[in-house]
Amino acid sequence: MGAQLRVYKRRIRSVTATKKITKAMEMIAASRVVKAQRKVAASTPYATELTRAVTAVGTGSNTKHPLTTQAETVTRSAVLLLTSDRGLAGAFNSNAIKAAEQLTERLEREGKEVDVYIVGRRGVAHYNFRERKIAESWSGFTDEPTYADAKKVAAPLIEAIETATAEGGVDELHIVYTEFVSMMTQQALDARLLPLSLEEVAQEAAPKGEILPLYDFEPSAEDVLDALLPRYVESRIYNALLQSAASKHAATRRAMKSATDNAGELINTLSRLANAARQAEITQEISEIVGGASALADATAGSDR
Amino acid sequence: MAAELHVALVAADREVWSGQATLVVARTTSGDIGVMPGHQPLLGVLESGPVTIRTSEGGTVIAAVHGGFISFADNKLSLLAEIAELSDEIDVQRAERALERAKSDDDAFAERRAEVRLRAATAR
Repeated sequence: MGAQLRVYKRRIRSVTATKKITKAMEMIAASRVVKAQRKVAASTPYATELTRAVTAVGTGSNTKHPLTTQAETVTRSAVLLLTSDRGLAGAFNSNAIKAAEQLTERLEREGKEVDVYIVGRRGVAHYNFRERKIAESWSGFTDEPTYADAKKVAAPLIEAIETATAEGGVDELHIVYTEFVSMMTQQALDARLLPLSLEEVAQEAAPKGEILPLYDFEPSAEDVLDALLPRYVESRIYNALLQSAASKHAATRRAMKSATDNAGELINTLSRLANAARQAEITQEISEIVGGASALADATAGSDR
Repeated sequence: MAAELHVALVAADREVWSGQATLVVARTTSGDIGVMPGHQPLLGVLESGPVTIRTSEGGTVIAAVHGGFISFADNKLSLLAEIAELSDEIDVQRAERALERAKSDDDAFAERRAEVRLRAATAR
């Protein structure tokens, strides 16, 4: 076998191995998307009930709470960015990071200081590489977040909101995550989580203008609100974590699918080149034989004379 | 047919139990409360503790609930909990071990959780 042909054969073998790996990763990601979607669905009843309860307290009483009061002048905001621990997900992480950076820029233009909180190693690595300050970061659970993880993330954020701004607290909290629209579409977006606008929550709970009953609060409206709001924030963060995880798996699936397709194409091209090389080799051998034979024939014909 | 209310026991990551019931007893921060059909709309904060649901079929469902809320309106009762387990899902031996461990670690929260679990499991 000629050298050229051997090189092609070797490359085809290696690309075939890569294709097998990406194909496997694609299938794993596909099954994880389904699992993540199921988790999103399983967490919905809790979120809906909680939203209803928050609306009930919000509309049924005139209680004030640090989590619902808008500061007169916002001097510092917190941005919570949700990325993943691992890459190989196409533009998933860079889209989320880009959205966070745009938001940060906008907030800074409005004259606010920005504290960045990050979930996921990718986001942390991005910020560390650029030597930017991270207020706090978490990683290790982005593939399959649990409610306990959401609690862990929410705790310092709620504390920061409740602390006075002069003592290092923040006035508002924005969250940047990737919304899972469908298997093919995921969208990085930012939303203001805190302070909570009770009107917006009410819109979400009863869009048809349904009137909520007059509740009896046990022990009191303030205490109920006190206990409810942190749970509400946790459940929103939990939902964002789950959507982000589902989006990440969907992005991985898509990235791996195109990698598999590309590998297939590359194998086709390489096989054609290998075939051409083999053909060229054969042609050369034939022309060498024919050339040799005719040279021999010429030589014999010469000696006869 | 006796009057009944619809109960949904929902944990943060799943729906634990739902169905028709005639009486639900839960522990709020200001004491035990029993809810029967036709109760006035109520929204309360739950303590960690067992919740007893008397189903319309005459059975009893007991669940260990750790922190959460009870809300009742329109004959629909929702129990929201961060963590909720039905008594027959609880492994008594494991709960006992967890209690021991929590006691030796001096972890008051874990100890309380294990205790509630055990109480719910032994009450069935």
